[in-house]
This record gives sequence, C-alpha cells and structure tokens, in this order.
Amino acid sequence: MNDMTRVERAVDSKDIKIAANNVQVYYGDTHAIKDVDVKIEDKTVTAFIGPSGCGKSTFLRCLNRMNDTIDICRVQGDILLDGEDIYDKRVDPVQLRAKVGMVFQKPNPFPKSIYDNVAYGPRIHGLAKNKAELDEIVEKSLRRGAIWDEVKDRLDAPGTGLSGGQQQRLCIARAVATEPEVLLMDEPCSALDPIATAQVEELIDELRSRYSVVIVTHSMQQAARVSQKTAFFHLGNLVEFGETGQIFTNPEDSRTESYITGRIG
Amino acid sequence: MPIIWLFLIVIAISAIGYLLGRSRALQSAGGDSRNLHSLPTFYGANVALKTVIPAFGLLIVWLLVQPLYVNSQVSEMIPDTAVKEGSSRSLVMAEVRRTADGLNNAVARGLLSETEAANPNADSAEVTQLLKEAGQVVTSDISKPVLLAAQKHRVMNATGYSVMTVAIILVALAGAVFSWFQTHSEYRARNVVEQGVRVLLLAAASIAILTTIGIVLSLVFNTWEFFKLYPASEFFFGTTWAPSFSGRGGASDLGIIPLLWGTFYISLVALLVAVPIGLFAAIYLSEYASPRVRAFAKPLLEVLAGIPTIVYGLFALLTVGPLLLGIFGDNGLGWMKAGTAVMTAGLVMGIMLIPFVSSLSDDIINAVPQAMRDGSYGLGATQSETIRQVVLPAALPGIVGAILLAASRAIGETMIVVLGAGAAARLDLNPFEAMTTVTAKIVSQLTGDADFASPEALVAFALGMTLFVLTLGLNIFALYIVRKYREQYE
Repeated sequence: MNDMTRVERAVDSKDIKIAANNVQVYYGDTHAIKDVDVKIEDKTVTAFIGPSGCGKSTFLRCLNRMNDTIDICRVQGDILLDGEDIYDKRVDPVQLRAKVGMVFQKPNPFPKSIYDNVAYGPRIHGLAKNKAELDEIVEKSLRRGAIWDEVKDRLDAPGTGLSGGQQQRLCIARAVATEPEVLLMDEPCSALDPIATAQVEELIDELRSRYSVVIVTHSMQQAARVSQKTAFFHLGNLVEFGETGQIFTNPEDSRTESYITGRIG
Repeated sequence: MPIIWLFLIVIAISAIGYLLGRSRALQSAGGDSRNLHSLPTFYGANVALKTVIPAFGLLIVWLLVQPLYVNSQVSEMIPDTAVKEGSSRSLVMAEVRRTADGLNNAVARGLLSETEAANPNADSAEVTQLLKEAGQVVTSDISKPVLLAAQKHRVMNATGYSVMTVAIILVALAGAVFSWFQTHSEYRARNVVEQGVRVLLLAAASIAILTTIGIVLSLVFNTWEFFKLYPASEFFFGTTWAPSFSGRGGASDLGIIPLLWGTFYISLVALLVAVPIGLFAAIYLSEYASPRVRAFAKPLLEVLAGIPTIVYGLFALLTVGPLLLGIFGDNGLGWMKAGTAVMTAGLVMGIMLIPFVSSLSDDIINAVPQAMRDGSYGLGATQSETIRQVVLPAALPGIVGAILLAASRAIGETMIVVLGAGAAARLDLNPFEAMTTVTAKIVSQLTGDADFASPEALVAFALGMTLFVLTLGLNIFALYIVRKYREQYE
C-alpha cells in the first residue's frame, strides 16, 4: 500500500462527465446491479474494485450501452453523459460508443494490419478527409497508445502478431483514435505480464490529461496506483465511492475495509 | 460349411474364452478383484482378443491366397493348344471358373451327383447340355481340358476350404488356451487389451487408406490402358466429343475439352447461385436471427441437403427447365431451344449447394470470438460494418474452405446434369445451350453395351482420373488458401 503515497492525488478538473442515478440492471430474473449512484469526473481515473461477480464489469458496460448486445439484459435508471441521458430513445448507441471508447479484458486486435486496426474507427466514422489525414490520426493515436516507436516500421504487419502487452496498447490506441471523451477499461491488465502492466498503467496516467478514464480492476494495488477515485462494489451494490486515498486508508464501510484487507473477496 | 458358420464358431470360442479367462483371473486372485493387476473384464477381453485376431487374420490371408494358388495350379493343366486363336489364357481360366461354379450349383440343386460331377471320363458335351438345362451360365461348348480343369478346380477349392476351416478353429482354440494359461493375477491384461484396441483402430484407419490407394491404382492402370489405345494429346486437347459405338476405335473423337468446359460452366453457375445465397443465409442465421428463429430455420435449411440429387434432377427437368424455357425460349427472348441447358442444371445445383455453404459458413462465423465483435461495437461500428470488416475477414479461411467443398460437390455431381443439362457435349458460351459434364459422360460410356476393352469404355477411367486430379488440385489449393490466410488472421 506504499504505492499510494507516490501517486499524485491532485485532480485538475472537477466537472461531472457521467452521472448515474439509481441504476438497476437485470439479466433475465437476476438483479445484477442494485441502486447504483456514481458521479464520474472529467480528466480523472476512476477505478471500480470488488470481488468477482459483484457487477463492476456489468456497470461499466452500461456506460456505453454494450449491454444492448445481450438480449436478456435490461437497464433501468438514468445514466447522463454531459447531462444527456444515454438510454434516451434519440441516442444512437453507435454514436455513443464512438464517444465512450472501450478497452477489453483480453487484447482483441482485429485480424487486420496494425494500421487498419487503428484506422478502423476513424474510417467508419469518417474522421479523415484523405489518406494523409488518416495517416496523421493513426500516428497520433499510436503515439498516445505509447506503442508508436515499437510498430512504426511495420504498420502493415498483422496486429495479432504483436505481444500481449503491445496488443493491449494497440487496442488502447485503436480506442483513442475515434477521439472519445471517456475511455472504459475492463480489467485491461489481467492478461498481461508485470512489465506490460506497468507500461499500460503508465499510459493510463498519461491518458488522464485528455480523457475521463474508468477502469475495472481486480488488483487493489493497481487501483491504488492509477486512480484518483475508487468505487467499491459488492454483490451488485455500490458500497463506497470516494477519493482513492481515503478508500484505501480510511474506509467508511466495514465491508470495504474487509475487502481491502483481504477478508472478503 | 459356409464361412458365416466358421465366423460364428470363432466368435463362440472367444465368448467362452472371455468368460473362462475372467473367472480364472478372479480365481487366481482368491475371488477378490482388488488383488488383480487389471479389472476382471480385461482378462476376459485378453483371451477373447487372442482368440479372434489370429483366427480372423488367418481367414483373411487364406481367402486371398487360396484362389491365387488354385488358379496357378489349374492353369498348368490347360495345354497351350486348348487356348484358341484370338483368345487368351485368362479367358479360358474364366471359363474354367464358370464351369466349376456351374458344377457346384448343379450338385447343390441335386441335378448332378457328386460322383458324376467329379467323373474325369464324363462326356464334355453331355455336361454342357446338362449345365445349360440347369440354367447355369455356360457360353460355349465345354472342351475336355476345360472340364478336367474345372473338376480339379472344384476339388482343390473344396479341400482348401475344409483345411481352412480346421486350421482356423485350431488357431482360435490355440489362442484361447494359450491366453487362458497366461491369465494370472500378476498378468498385465489391461496393457495388452489397450494395445489390442490400438491395433483395431489402426486397422480401421488403414482400410480407408488402402481402399483409396486401390481406387487410385485401378484408375491409373485403366487410364494407362486407354492411352495405349488412344493418343493422350487428342484426349486432352481434342475439342470434339463424338464417341462411336458402331465400330471399334478409329471413328471416335474423345476430346475432353467440351466436357471440362461443361463441368466448369455448370459448376460456375451453381456457385454463383449458392455462394451469395448460402453466405447471406449464414450471416443472417448467425448474426441477426434470434435463437428461436435460428433453432427453427437452420434444420429447415439443412433439409435441402438431405434431398437425393435425383429429386433435384426431376425438379430441374420438370419445373425449372420449362420455367426458363417460358422466359428465355422461343416465346420469350428466343435464346433457349430446350428445357435442358447449363442454366437449368446450374440453378438447381446451386440450390442443392446452398445448405453446404450456409451450414459450414454458419459454424465458422459462430466460431469467430465474441471479443472481436465487442471490440468493433465498442468503437461505434454498426452491425453490418462489424460483419463486413471484422467477422467475415476473420472467418474467411473457413468460408473459402466451405466454398471449395461446394465446388468439389458441383464438379462431381451427376444426376442433376443428366436430367437438367442434356447429353450433348458442346463448346459454347451461351448458358441456355444444352451441355454435359465429365461425370455424366462417365455414366453414359459405361452403361452402353460397348466392349469393356475398347477405348470408348476405357475413356471413362481417363475421365475419372482427370476429375480426380482436378478435385485433388482444388483441395490442395483450398488448403493453401486456408493456410495462407490463417497466418494473417489468427
């Protein structure tokens, strides 16, 4: 837990990016998420922690309506992105997902070249007028994904040929290429080795300057290292939400204390 | 004694051996199966296997070797003078075998006593008459040497089979007794049985491979015979197909090009129908359809694959042909003269191939990891963008495999062509003309009453060989494509 003291806690902006009020999620008859209220700030890393099956990934997937692809999933309550309800009928989930990018647990580069992987989003959203602009977007995204120097000489090589850590950074670069405002990361380091994890964590800290980042993690150390805000989920409830330092040093709820000291989970 | 009895006797010995071996094993362990090395059933199976395998092995070898041996022995009895001009020793031997079979059947039906049949002084003309009256297939008058040879043939075979029966039962008993004595609580029966199972599976696999080799060899030899009678260059590069059945050789033009063109053209039309429809159906089923629709529609589509091709042929002849004729025939656009045409056969064959393409593609599309789709949706792609740009490229090697499999089916299809495309070999670009394919011509060349040694009949093997090489090439090409893309897409 010494890592916490090393991370700078100063948060520049306090604008609310995403506000969730009274969110309920059902999978068929199962009530997976109960009464969750969360306010995610802009240009902040927010970590969701909690034991397996507590609903943190489910809640994350509500934030860009990825749960729409699951037939039996129902979402109730309000989730506001910049004050607009994302579950409103007028909101096109396709456009929402361009604004709220997502990085998955397992690196999932498309079976295409590195260049085409990154250019995928800009192409389908028509972000580049010509090839030169697309090249620029690809380079910029790969630089933001901290992988440019490793792949600049082999942009035509298949993305699947990279190492696990490189693949995950490629997926992050792919996600930032569509200029999202929020980046959702579902356990982005769980399939990576410690060195690749450190690289991705460093990258997350850099991304904070531009995006609001929400990260689901099983590793409490990781949450402590990279996040400014932490939310603790347990059995579908949001137990506690607050400053990371406070959650890890002086939790209010006894369940949070039990979890971070390793008694439940 | 018929072989089926021998078979049953060996099985019975092994069944008894199984029970005895099992009980002996238990006995040696003092009735407690925990003291045995293996389960009691393994000891039983050990005895049963050692009874059956050597006995049946011997049976197979005996059945293969005895006819060869008897033939060579009997063949020595026939003097060169008995082989007529223009005939050959193998033809005379065939006559000997027919006569021997005739005598056997006559004896079996009581028309001839055993002594009469074996009488070396019997009048050959009388025997011929008698066999003919008994309804046995005897072509010409049986000559004296042939009759003697046939009698010898009978005797040798009869003794051969008696000796074989005794030998096999002895071998089975020996195996049973030997393994029964082996049976002891320390004996590692399980290992032996596991080996036996391995050998059994290996034998099954080898039969498949050996049969393939046999088929290829028979094709190769007969093709070789054909090329001795007909120049290969004319076969491969000849542009007319006009076999004559009246005279032998000479007048026939046996160029494969028109047949290959017909095969290619009809297959192309079939694939143009089957690939888009099948692929789109697969995409609908795997990506858009709800589980209920899928559970209902997929089996329904696969029913198409269960329809016999002759039924498709009827459909082509009676429904599709007249329908097309109504549109493109003389009363319509005037491009089509008769209902049988490339288009008719191609369309119907395409319908037949839809389930092949759709079912395989559906499985392959389903195998694309959900993570790929999530990644694409997560970037704000629509469903069709995701399918077009992520799912289909990832599934491409498998889809190419499915299409090439369908192509192989199309090339090998016969009944639809016979009924739907006509029988005229023609080099033409008009898809409303009647054409024919390699397979349809193989059928017509072999079902005629041509002499089996004539080029008109032997050409069927050359056609078959060409078809075999073509489909083999197609499969190798498919493997190459699949491997090449797999490097890129995994």
